[in-house]
Amino acid sequence: MPKVPVQFALNGEEKAEFVESGTSLLTLLRDKIGDTSPKGGCHQGTCGACSVIIDGELKLSCLVLAETCGNASVQTTGGLAADGVLHPLQRAFLDHFAAQCGFCTPGMIMAAKALLDRNPDPTREDVVEAISGNICRCTGYEPIIQAVMAAAQGNSQRVA
Amino acid sequence: MGLVLRSFATVNEAGAALSEPGARYLGGGTLAVRAVNEGDVSVHSLVRITDPQLSRIELSEGRARIGASVTMARVAANPGIAFLAPAAMAVGGPAVRNMATVGGNLFAPAPYGDFAVALLALDAKVDARKDMPMERFLETRGALAKGSIVTAVSFALPSEGGFRFRKVSRVKPKGTSVLSIAAVIEEDPDGTIRSARIALGCMADRPIRAHAAERALVGSRRTEQGIAAALAVAGEGTHPVTDPVASAWYRAEVLPVHLRRLLLY
Amino acid sequence: MKLAKDYFADERADGLHEIGRGLPRADLPGHVTGKTKYFADRSIPGMLHLKMVRSPHHHARIRGIDTSEAEKHPGVVKILTARDVPHNVYTILILIQIGPEDEQVLAEDKVRWKGEAVVAVVADSERAANEAAAKVKVDYEVLPAVFDMDEALKPGAPVVNEYHGQNYYLYDSGECRKVRFGDVEAGFAEADFILEETYRSSPIEHAPAETTGCVVVPEGNDRFTCYTNTQAMFFTLDNTSIILQMPGHQLHLVGGTVGGGFGGKVDVIVEPIAILAAKLTGRPVSFVYSRYEEMQISSPRAAEKIVIKDGVTKDGRLVARKVTGYTDAGAYSRHSPYGAQKGAAHYPGPYTVPNVWIDTYCVYTNRTPSSAMRGFGVTIADFALEVQMDKLARLIAMDPLEFRFINAYRDGDMKAHRQVTEGAALIECMQEASRAASWPVAKRFYDMSSRGEG
Repeated sequence: MPKVPVQFALNGEEKAEFVESGTSLLTLLRDKIGDTSPKGGCHQGTCGACSVIIDGELKLSCLVLAETCGNASVQTTGGLAADGVLHPLQRAFLDHFAAQCGFCTPGMIMAAKALLDRNPDPTREDVVEAISGNICRCTGYEPIIQAVMAAAQGNSQRVA
Repeated sequence: MGLVLRSFATVNEAGAALSEPGARYLGGGTLAVRAVNEGDVSVHSLVRITDPQLSRIELSEGRARIGASVTMARVAANPGIAFLAPAAMAVGGPAVRNMATVGGNLFAPAPYGDFAVALLALDAKVDARKDMPMERFLETRGALAKGSIVTAVSFALPSEGGFRFRKVSRVKPKGTSVLSIAAVIEEDPDGTIRSARIALGCMADRPIRAHAAERALVGSRRTEQGIAAALAVAGEGTHPVTDPVASAWYRAEVLPVHLRRLLLY
Repeated sequence: MKLAKDYFADERADGLHEIGRGLPRADLPGHVTGKTKYFADRSIPGMLHLKMVRSPHHHARIRGIDTSEAEKHPGVVKILTARDVPHNVYTILILIQIGPEDEQVLAEDKVRWKGEAVVAVVADSERAANEAAAKVKVDYEVLPAVFDMDEALKPGAPVVNEYHGQNYYLYDSGECRKVRFGDVEAGFAEADFILEETYRSSPIEHAPAETTGCVVVPEGNDRFTCYTNTQAMFFTLDNTSIILQMPGHQLHLVGGTVGGGFGGKVDVIVEPIAILAAKLTGRPVSFVYSRYEEMQISSPRAAEKIVIKDGVTKDGRLVARKVTGYTDAGAYSRHSPYGAQKGAAHYPGPYTVPNVWIDTYCVYTNRTPSSAMRGFGVTIADFALEVQMDKLARLIAMDPLEFRFINAYRDGDMKAHRQVTEGAALIECMQEASRAASWPVAKRFYDMSSRGEG
């Protein structure tokens, strides 16, 4: 079967790939491009581990077909640290111990970033709503919420 | 037998492709791609339509028309249909709402399809070749004519405060429905109920109307006494689903409790 | 955070430098940048995908398996059945002499639970593997199934697992693990009240964010690298060695960060068959559970039934405790004989009871095999024990915390398993908890110590 070209920006960098029709963006990112920061936890759209930001909107890369992403701008947690300097959200997750096994973390950070990009001063309820599609099975939601709040306040330092 | 995506600019062009065996319409992907990912090998092609017309929300003369490709997030953000925001927000988390479409929700099997419950209470018309009332559409949605495509839903805007919606789930803030209820209640100035439409989710394999409860409400008021007769017959005609979220028995037991809360608060 | 350093101050040096302070976790920078490598975070050219054909029945005899149509399906590289597995019958704990081997890697003559692996399809894409799997035909003769432990233990119940012959695990101590201490009937005779209650729990799925899986790469020289998210590396290595009849040096198992396990990834499930597929095809093979498989196929925490009969005096002393515990192993042993045994070792709980009788059974049913999960054998036991303690306190109109103080074990007490208690700290924990929760108890309980009469 002929492959389909897809050209898009990944974390600001142009990518041009050929994919088999029906390939998910998640598979393209992970298996062909090598950005394994989005994770495949359920492939059903229920866990949020594959969350990425496409043209400013949080989406589930397991349910997005790669060939629909032509000319799109895709952001992943893998491309968040600029020149090796952690993004404030990454710093806050680190300082607040907001990860255990780490599998949900890249998706969780994308969900948080999508929130802060449009609402830099969220309430706790806003944060809870923003991560409501992202499952953390180590059940560490409280430090995650605190980390997002701290990142929004520009203060990632852990409060004892 | 791989999988192919076929994109079309217009509804007419897509119709033929959708008539082919193994073809399935691709909206936001939360149902169709999910099925493919779960190993549903009966799907051979996904058909999508890029016509921007399908992504429009139009408001005029007291009616709203929402294109089938409009996402839940766009519904929730539109001030002209702000009353529907709670129902749109009841669908999934933020990422799902940025993908899931109004058209797709019409086909979502229980326990999904909370937004379709709202549309049923609004007595929406479904545009698929010809207009079809929501209730009839839901009864026949599994057997639509080959190649027919839902392009939009439209409905009369309810009066201020006339629309009520409640989704019940065990996990907060977001969980799969135990059940969902939507109602459009029109009242006279003295509080007498003039008309009532009540739609239930998860109380059958598709959203259904609670006709007996509706009839019991007309002419009475939204008081404990006034709604008692409606609560007593709320379960009439329902066949609740049993799934990992709740049993049919449980859903039937709690339906009157939540209908009471919907009507009184 | 507050450190209660007053307790046992004389038992340790006070040079604690790290406890009570925040330390950066070594793995967090990888987690927040998405750089942490999980087993699936590698793309290997030419990789094949394995999908399992599973039993749709709870209990059935296999009359025949027809893979001819599936073999012809485009993209299919190999189809594996029981005949391909060198040592097809295994049990995980055989490594510590807990037998008999009771589970077929791929079902040969019979399936004993809905979801049991029967045929493995290996193809060059997931799609092709799923399509071919749908073409495998298995002819089943459905057998009566038993899903309830009480039913399974009745005479005449369908025999779930012929490798055991009866629907319970036969320990060297007999049909159950037994603990006998003092004279439990004499204890009941001495009691003012007797309370017998039955507690039941359902299976619980771990539902880790990352599903069970592995990726196998043939390295030449008949050596295979298996990237896996197992929580039990050496169980997996040794059992794979037995199942595939391959010496351990040919098996290079690479673990690493596990995307959530909670005990759900200690069974040896995906690795042997994936390595076999890589061996027989000479190509890399990926076998990763779908979310459906993770929820329905991977082993859950066992269902349990626990019957507790207690004798208690009016002044709050537990004088006799008789416990009969049942662990639902499902169709196969996996870790459940050990789980049931742990229960026997755990009762009568952290309390000093002079007369104790414990029987714990490991029962086979046609349910999904259960296995390890966070304190299995103990967690549900504690639930039952502590609910029972509350009920006992209510029965004698005593404060539930004070009732526990009276019965808490202390250093020097003989436990039912003939071990002298040492290093106990239950009393001190309860003292601290009572202050933290503003649940005061009588002064004499604050004066108590685990180290003596106090």
